[in-house]
Amino acid sequence: MTLNGSSGGLRGDLGHVADMIGPKSRVLDIGCGDGALLAHLAAEKQVDGRGIELSQAGVNACVRHGLSVIQGDADRDLADYPSAAFDYAVLSQTLQATRNPRLVVEELVRIGKRAIVSFPNFGHWRIRAHLSLRGRMPMTHLLAIPWYETPNIHLCTIRDFVALCDEAGIRIERSVTLDGAGRPFSFNPTGHLANLFAELGVFMLSRR
Amino acid sequence: MTLTHPQESRSSPPQARPGHELRVEKPLMLDCGVALAPFTIAYQTYGKLNQDRSNAILMCHALTGDQYAAEPHPITGKAGWWTTIIGPGKVLDTDRYFLICVNVLGGCMGSSGPAETDPATGKPWGLSFPVITIADMVRAEKLVIEHLGIETLFCVIGGSMGGMQVLQWAATHPELVFSAVPIAAAARHSAQNIAFHEVGRQAIMADPEWCAGNYLEQGRKPERGLAVARMAAHITYLSEQALHRKFGRSLQNRKAVTYGFDADFQVESYLRHQGIAFVDRFDANSYLYITRAMDYFDLAAEYEGVLANAFRNSPTRFCLISFTSDWLFPTSESRELVQALNAAAANVSFVEIETDKGHDAFLLDEPEFFATLRGFIEGCARHRGLATE
Repeated sequence: MTLNGSSGGLRGDLGHVADMIGPKSRVLDIGCGDGALLAHLAAEKQVDGRGIELSQAGVNACVRHGLSVIQGDADRDLADYPSAAFDYAVLSQTLQATRNPRLVVEELVRIGKRAIVSFPNFGHWRIRAHLSLRGRMPMTHLLAIPWYETPNIHLCTIRDFVALCDEAGIRIERSVTLDGAGRPFSFNPTGHLANLFAELGVFMLSRR
Repeated sequence: MTLTHPQESRSSPPQARPGHELRVEKPLMLDCGVALAPFTIAYQTYGKLNQDRSNAILMCHALTGDQYAAEPHPITGKAGWWTTIIGPGKVLDTDRYFLICVNVLGGCMGSSGPAETDPATGKPWGLSFPVITIADMVRAEKLVIEHLGIETLFCVIGGSMGGMQVLQWAATHPELVFSAVPIAAAARHSAQNIAFHEVGRQAIMADPEWCAGNYLEQGRKPERGLAVARMAAHITYLSEQALHRKFGRSLQNRKAVTYGFDADFQVESYLRHQGIAFVDRFDANSYLYITRAMDYFDLAAEYEGVLANAFRNSPTRFCLISFTSDWLFPTSESRELVQALNAAAANVSFVEIETDKGHDAFLLDEPEFFATLRGFIEGCARHRGLATE
């Protein structure tokens, strides 16, 4: 359930996700795809990692590479885990494909002492322009699937996400916003400029 | 295929049957309340135990399996039940691991069971053999592991009833099990599965040759009953798609139906063959005892009805595998286990393999299954410091 992004090593946002994770911690990666982040964290940070992945091909690839991964999805399976079972619960570019994003984010900060969430920013100027000028559903390199086929049913802007965290009583501990190549912007990650120019947001959260 | 055994006098001299036998004098307390003694556990090993005894894999066999996992069967001459994955360079690599397979307690290939002689009477045990459970099987296997001087098992692996033993091992002795692979298994036997077993047992007991369980003493054998039990069970090991693919409605050596009750259809002929071949190598009373052990299996019941409690603080690395077309131990059963393991924050992987071969898929050539298994065991070997040089 991951989206297309920059290639070569870790996908754009995953490098920034990895930077937020402390060594030798316990990590649950939800929507772990082929396990690139988990493999990176195991090799570079001696992390005790687990994964949940929807696609059977992804799960099989992970287990073949010695990663601990089960088939499942964020909407259904997070309830099984005890509270604070992990140091970090990671959801990278998957939130927009969940049925109940608010519940999922709340579950993330329950299961993980910290949650790290990344998602494509629907407030990016190119997406705004696409819709307002062409009058068609926006398609970008991060959101490359036409509206009638896309699994991305709950898209949001960075400011929408910040508002959700506020409403749900979730603290934003760290945040970084990225351009399409995965390069961080220097301006306030939760402000209007980031909301207009960033293509991706990466947020580290915890329960207030 | 042989190994240097830790020196212990309890090992009996080589038998006519290949493999090893452990004679135990100390009573074994069984779930049914009986203290069994003396008794014998037959087992087979492949590969070599390494210096620090850290490379042992216990393979638990299924209902009608035995310890001859990787060699021709001493009675039928057929290839061992898991030759597909055991051998040099294979998934269970005999160049790297020391593989152990124990004939379950109550079995009929050398371990004490209803077909063996009761030392107290000098006659076959028959139905006076105590009813055993999956936990009792694990108790007996543990004696073999201790006898071999193994402190920690690198892996306990098995399918079907073997998977039940794996789960019992992991729940009872988490500190002894580095990794656990229950394949096509369940935490308890379902009502449907108990029902199928009951059909098999009734078929055996309805055979007049069964003689209320005393057939060995009377020089008789309930072959028909046991064959019918096997035929019924065999259907549950396959899937509708597999049966259709293999046989369809094809006729057996004839161009038209005969308007009689011969085996007109290939599928009938196949099942009859399965039934007849089975009675040569299996004891009818053993079939009663082992199916009963499976029926009684309910892991959660041992832990206040909460399955997750069976795995609290478990250090074991789990890999569960199920098969899409398995309706005897369906994926939903494995999923329930995964949920419990997650609730216990255990280290678990779970893969459902796409196949039309039904429950028996774990014994067959399934490349995706092998790749998963190989990846998991390889990953565990790295964590255990058993990686190849």
